[in-house]
Amino acid sequence: MTQKITIDPITRLEGHGKIEIFLDDKGDVDRAILQIPELRGFEQFAVGRAAEEMPRITPRICGVCPTAHHMASTKALDDLFHVEPTPTAKMIRELIYNTFQFEDHTLHFFFLGGPDFVIGPQAAAGERNILGVIGKVGEEIGLKVIKARREARDMINYLGGKIIHPVCGLPGGVSKGLDEEHRVEFLKQAKDIVEFAQFSLKIFDDVVLQNKEYVDVVVGDAYQLKTYYMGLVDKDNKVNFYDGDIRVVDPEGKEFAKFKPRDYLKHIEEHVEPWTYIKFPYLKNVGWKGFEEGKDSGVYRVAPLARLNASDGMATPMAQEAYEKMYETLGGKPSHHTLAFHWARLIEALQAAEVMVQLLENKDITDPNIRNIPTEKPDEGVGVVEAPRGTLIHHYKTDDKGIIEEANLIVATVNNAAAINMSIEKAAKAFIKGGEVSEGLLNMAEMGFRPYDPCHACGTHSLPGDMPLIVDIYDSSGKLVEQIKRDQE
Amino acid sequence: MSNDKPKVAFYWCASCGGCEEAVVDLAEDILKVTSAVDIVFWPVALDFKRKDVEAMEDGSIAVSFINGAVRLSEQEEMVKLLRKKSGLVVAFGSCSHLGGIPGLANFWNKQTIFDYAYLKSPSTNNPDKIVPLEKSEVDGKELELPEFYDTVYSLDQVIDVDYYLPGCAPPKDLIVNAVNAILEGKLPPKGAVLSPNKSLCDECDRNESKPEKFTMTEIKRPWEVELDPEKCFLAQGVICMGPATRGGCGQRCITANMPCRGCFGPSDQVFDQGAKFLSAMASIIETNDEKQIDKLIETIVDPAGTFYRFSLPTSILRRKKMEATK
Amino acid sequence: MSNESFEPRLVGFLCNWCSYTGADLAGTSRMSYAPNLRIIRVMCSGRVDPQFVLKAFKEGADGVLISGCHPGDCHYQEGNYKALRRHRLLSKMLEQMGIEKERFRLEWVSAAEGEKFQRVCNEFTDEMKKLGPLNLNGGKKNEQ
Ligand code: SF4
Ligand code: SF4
Ligand code: SF4
Ligand code: FES
Repeated sequence: MTQKITIDPITRLEGHGKIEIFLDDKGDVDRAILQIPELRGFEQFAVGRAAEEMPRITPRICGVCPTAHHMASTKALDDLFHVEPTPTAKMIRELIYNTFQFEDHTLHFFFLGGPDFVIGPQAAAGERNILGVIGKVGEEIGLKVIKARREARDMINYLGGKIIHPVCGLPGGVSKGLDEEHRVEFLKQAKDIVEFAQFSLKIFDDVVLQNKEYVDVVVGDAYQLKTYYMGLVDKDNKVNFYDGDIRVVDPEGKEFAKFKPRDYLKHIEEHVEPWTYIKFPYLKNVGWKGFEEGKDSGVYRVAPLARLNASDGMATPMAQEAYEKMYETLGGKPSHHTLAFHWARLIEALQAAEVMVQLLENKDITDPNIRNIPTEKPDEGVGVVEAPRGTLIHHYKTDDKGIIEEANLIVATVNNAAAINMSIEKAAKAFIKGGEVSEGLLNMAEMGFRPYDPCHACGTHSLPGDMPLIVDIYDSSGKLVEQIKRDQE
Repeated sequence: MSNDKPKVAFYWCASCGGCEEAVVDLAEDILKVTSAVDIVFWPVALDFKRKDVEAMEDGSIAVSFINGAVRLSEQEEMVKLLRKKSGLVVAFGSCSHLGGIPGLANFWNKQTIFDYAYLKSPSTNNPDKIVPLEKSEVDGKELELPEFYDTVYSLDQVIDVDYYLPGCAPPKDLIVNAVNAILEGKLPPKGAVLSPNKSLCDECDRNESKPEKFTMTEIKRPWEVELDPEKCFLAQGVICMGPATRGGCGQRCITANMPCRGCFGPSDQVFDQGAKFLSAMASIIETNDEKQIDKLIETIVDPAGTFYRFSLPTSILRRKKMEATK
Repeated sequence: MSNESFEPRLVGFLCNWCSYTGADLAGTSRMSYAPNLRIIRVMCSGRVDPQFVLKAFKEGADGVLISGCHPGDCHYQEGNYKALRRHRLLSKMLEQMGIEKERFRLEWVSAAEGEKFQRVCNEFTDEMKKLGPLNLNGGKKNEQ
C-alpha cells in the first residue's frame, strides 16, 4: 500500500511550503518532497521599469531580508551605470549591511533556530520559542536580545528610511549621509552589539557545547550532507558579506571555482521540476544529477556554514578565533554538519558587529560626499551580496536609457532548495520505517531545514506558539488514516 | 482554551512577509496585544489549520488581519473562508489594500511570467521544457499545486473588506492605533482607510518649497541629480508621488532623501492614484508649447509603472489589456 | 484586424463653448456623421479628469475623443492646454496598458467648425473600425 504523508504548511519561502512524503509498499520512505506553491514573477515585471527603481521594487521579494535585495540591486546599478560608489557611500552601505546581517542572524538564533538548542531538542514544543529562551536564560537576557535587535533595526531605519524595504541606494552612492552626532551614538551601540554577539556565542557554548547530548546531535549522521559550498570572499579569501568574488569549494574543501559576480552564468544553472514553483540551482560545471550528495552532484549549499567552508577565515579577530574553535570542535574543515549552520551564524554575527565598530570608528564615514553621479550609458549589471540566507544575485540588462529589458535573480534561499529537500528526505528516512512514523519526525524534519533559515518570513513562529506542523497520512485510496500533530502548549 | 478575549486571526496571501515583520516589530507592544486577544489563526506562528478555521462558528473571529495580494486559488479560498468566520476583515498593508508591488505582474499574464521564469531566463537549463503544473506526477505519485491566476487582485476584489491599514509595510503607530480602536470598539465607518485623509504633501516638511509650476523642461531621474535634502522633489524636477498619496506614513522615504512612490495609496476622494497623479503633473507643467510638452513628457519614463507602483490592481483598468486567448 | 461589420463604441467629451456647439452645428446643418460617438458635454476640455477617460475605456469604449476650443480660445483661458498636457501623458500611460495611441484622440473644434467635427467623427470611426474592438479582457471571463 502506497502511503502519502503531507506536512502542511511547513514553512514559508515566498509562500507556504508543503512537504509530501511517499512511502513504498514496505512502508519505508520512497521520496520526500518540499513543494513551494508560489511564484511572483519579479523578473518579468521588472521589465519596462526604470533601473534605478529596482532597489525599491525587488526588496518586496522578501520582507525578512529586504536589505539584502536592496543592496544587491544597488550594486547591480553601480555595475550597470559604470560608476563606483564614493568611499563614504561604500562605508555607509557596508554599515547598513553588516548591521542588517547582525540583526537578522540574531533574530534567527534567538527566535527560530536557536530555541532547538537553548531549550533543548527534547523539550516540549510549546517551550521552544523566544519566551522559552527567556525563561531559560533569564528575563534580563531576553530583554537584552530585544534591545539589541531594536537598536540595530533603528540604525538601519535611520539610514535607509524604512527598516522594512529601505530606500537609500542609488547607483554610485546613497541618498543620505551620516552626521557626527549619529556616528558617536551608533558607535556606542555598535560596541554593545559586539558584546552582545560575544554573549550569544557564550550562550551557545554553555548550552550546546557543554552538553554532550547536544554535540552528538550536531555531529550525528542524520544531519550531514556532503555538498559543494559557495560564498563571497575578499581578496584574502576571508568572509565578506557585502562584496568580493564568489568562491566555491568541493565537498573535500578544495577550491573548485572562484569568479567575479559578472561571470555567474558560467558557473550556475537552474533546474526545473513540475511539482514546485521553485527552481533548483546547481553548479553548471558539475551538472544536475538529481537530489544527490557528493562530488559528482552539482548541488551546493550557501548561507553561514557554507560561507565559512568556502573561505579561508573570518575578516575580524574575534570572529576568527571563534571560527578556529568551531572547526576544531567539528573535526576539521569543511564541515558537512547541517546543524553547525547555527554556530556559523553566530560567528558571522560577531564579524558583522566587529565590522560595524571598525566602520564607525573611522570619521571618514561622516564625509558629505556620498554620491558619484553616473556619466556613462547604462547597459548591463550584476550585483551580488551575501544575504543572511546565502549568495544573492541580481542581474539586469537595460536599454541606453536605463529601462530594464531583462532581469535575472537568483535568490539566496533558492540556492539551498535542493539541499533543503535532501535534508528533509534524510530526516524522513531516519524516522519513518515500515510504515511506523516515529514521534520525532516533526522535530527532526523541522530541525533538518531550519538551519537554512529558508527565508522563513517571520520570527513570529515562536511567538507564542511553535512551528505549525501536521503530518497527515493517507492510504492509497486517499483516505486519511492518521494525523500526527505537534502539541500546542 | 476558551475565554472572553476577542479572537483574532492573521493570514497572508501573496506577501513578502514584511507585513508579518511589521507585527513582530511591535516588539514589546506585541506582548500586550497577545495578552489582550486570543490569536486563533496565524500560519506563520501558530499550529492551527484550515480545518480548525472551518470548524469555527461563522462570525466567531472578531477580526482577521489579512496581508498580501491574491493571486492563487488557494489564497482566494482561504480568504473567503476567513470572511465567513470573521466579524471584521482588515486589509493589512499595500498588497492587500491596493495590490501592491506584486500587482505590477498585471502588466503581464501567467504565460509570460512562466515562460520567462522556467524557460527563458539565462540561468535556466530546461531542455525538456518542464513547467510547474497544477497536477503532476513524480514516480507515479500525484502532486498538486494551487492555480496561478493571470491577474493579481487586491483583497476587496475577492471579499468584502471592512477596513484598510495602508503602507508597505504599515507603520507601527498606525497598527497600534488600529488595534486599540478595534479593542475599544471606537471604529470609523466601514470602508475607512485607517490613516489621515489628507495628502502626503500636506504633512511633508518640504511642502513649502513645492512649486506652483514646473520651471524645468525635463523630468530628472533620482540617479541623475544631486538630491537636495530640503527642497520639494517636484521642485527639483524629480517625480514624487506625494500629491496623489495619502499621508500618515511619517514621510518615511522623504526623510531618507528619496521621493515617495505612493505605497499608502490615494486619499478617499480618489479612485485612481495614477490618474490623480497624472492630473497633478499636467497642472504643474508650465509650458503650453506643444513641442516642449512632448519633450518633457518624453523624459517621464515608465509612467504607468511609477504612478501605479503600488496600485495597479486597484486602478480603474486594473491590468494591462489581456491578450486574446488563442 | 479589420472588421467591416464592427461598429465601434466611441465616447466624446466635448467642451460646451466650442466643440459642443460645433457638433450641434453639424447636426443642425444635416451633415451626416457616423452615429458611433456618444457625446458628453463638459464645461471645458480642461475639466476632463483622466479618470473619466479610463472609466470610458473600462466600461467598453473602443475610442475616446476629447474636443475643446482652439489654443488661445478657451473660455477658461488655459483649460485646453491642460487638456493637451494630460492627453499626451495619458496617451503614453495608456499605451503601457495595452491601449493603442489612436484610441485616445484630442481635437480642437470651434463653434463654427461643424464640418471639421463631421470629419473628425467619421475619421475616428473609420480608424477604430480598422483597429477593431478594444476588448480589454481578451475575452476571458474571470478577468477584470
Ligand atoms: S505590503 Fe509591503 S511589506 Fe506588506 S506584504 Fe506587501 S510588499 Fe510586503
Ligand atoms: S511632492 Fe513630495 S517632496 Fe514635495 S511636498 Fe509633496 S511629498 Fe513632499
Ligand atoms: S513616502 Fe510614500 S512610498 Fe514612502 S512610505 Fe510614505 S507613502 Fe510610502
Ligand atoms: S472652454 Fe473650450 S476648451 Fe476650455
